[in-house]
Amino acid sequence: MKLTRQEKEALRDPLFDNNPIALQVLGICSALAVTTNMATALVMSMAVVFVTAGSSTVVSFLRNNIPPNIRIIVQLSIIASFVILTDQILKAYLFDISKQLSVFVGLIITNCIVMGRAEAYAMQNGPWLSFLDGVGNALGYTIVLVAVGFFRELFGAGSLFGFTILRPVTEGGWYEPNGLMLLAPSAFFLIGVFIWILRVWKPEQVEES
Amino acid sequence: MVEHYLSLLVRSIFVENMALAFFLGMCSFLACSKKVENAFGLGLAVTFVLTITVPINYLVYNYLMAPGAMVWIHPSLAEVDISFLYFLSFIGVIAAMVQIVEMILDKYVPKLYAALGIFLPLIAVNCAILGASLFMVERGYGLSESVVYGFGSGVGWAIAITALAGIRERMRYSHVPAGLRGLGIAFVLTGLMALGFMAFSGIQL
Repeated sequence: MKLTRQEKEALRDPLFDNNPIALQVLGICSALAVTTNMATALVMSMAVVFVTAGSSTVVSFLRNNIPPNIRIIVQLSIIASFVILTDQILKAYLFDISKQLSVFVGLIITNCIVMGRAEAYAMQNGPWLSFLDGVGNALGYTIVLVAVGFFRELFGAGSLFGFTILRPVTEGGWYEPNGLMLLAPSAFFLIGVFIWILRVWKPEQVEES
Repeated sequence: MVEHYLSLLVRSIFVENMALAFFLGMCSFLACSKKVENAFGLGLAVTFVLTITVPINYLVYNYLMAPGAMVWIHPSLAEVDISFLYFLSFIGVIAAMVQIVEMILDKYVPKLYAALGIFLPLIAVNCAILGASLFMVERGYGLSESVVYGFGSGVGWAIAITALAGIRERMRYSHVPAGLRGLGIAFVLTGLMALGFMAFSGIQL
């Protein structure tokens, strides 16, 4: 199947050129809390891909029938239904990870990426384009989450997906784990550095002071 | 008894600060913290809504949704468990409460309404609000505890955003590398503030 240029743009643009976290300041809340290891970061990203793509498509199908003054509550109920579905699936098949994610699965409802794409894109565009746009934005979110999770787990615990890469001193190896990486503030620093690198690469994103 | 609530209050304001320990409400935290005035207004609105919605969600959850919660309507409902719907009903309660608060303020306290005006609708999608309600369920707080917890989380969030706005106002005079300007440096600042707030984490009350 060949994608047209517009469809490709909807899918590719949010990855680096218009990244939801680094440029649009959306969806940061959960990006920080679930990135202490790769497994939770990846599961969380998949959940967001599913919810964003699904809700964007449904909102786009209904876009001509949603009365403008109650659109927020309609969008919220569509999103909440998808989140409930995700939560139940996670509880059934990935119970351990679902426990680790605790309230953050529920908080996908208020993840501004989902809401922002429904409001800004799906209300104006057709279902197929909205679906691609939802997937693209959620993948932009995935890139940041996985990058942060990679550094936090590798340097904080010396492992990736639970497999030991750098053998820590406590297990007879040589690597002294960096405890800061497991704590909350490191996520802020890593995302700050991520934004810095992205903006050195793409100078047009630099803000005027 | 009073000590218990006091310790819960202090814990929710400082030790378990919504913004700096759980990263909730980060979107508006970073987006609306360019000016102290706006940040303070938003903080006030969040505190207000949190204090109202957490106890209401407590009532909704414990008298309508939890397993066997509807016995008070009719004994035959003892088997009913609709707790899986709580995301949907919480967000509904929050959206409705924000709307009601907006109308009441508009009618009776127009001055506060004018000050909060644009921020109120934003609050419906602030994760700190929904997060506090979800934590309330997860930790099994009682009714009066949830009032204290809601208020404390709101105050903690307000303190954090006002402090960040103050620092960002001063940052305008600093020389920041081009790529870090704006959002990037705000992230690093928030990280440093979170480190500072971790000093509270050992406190036992």
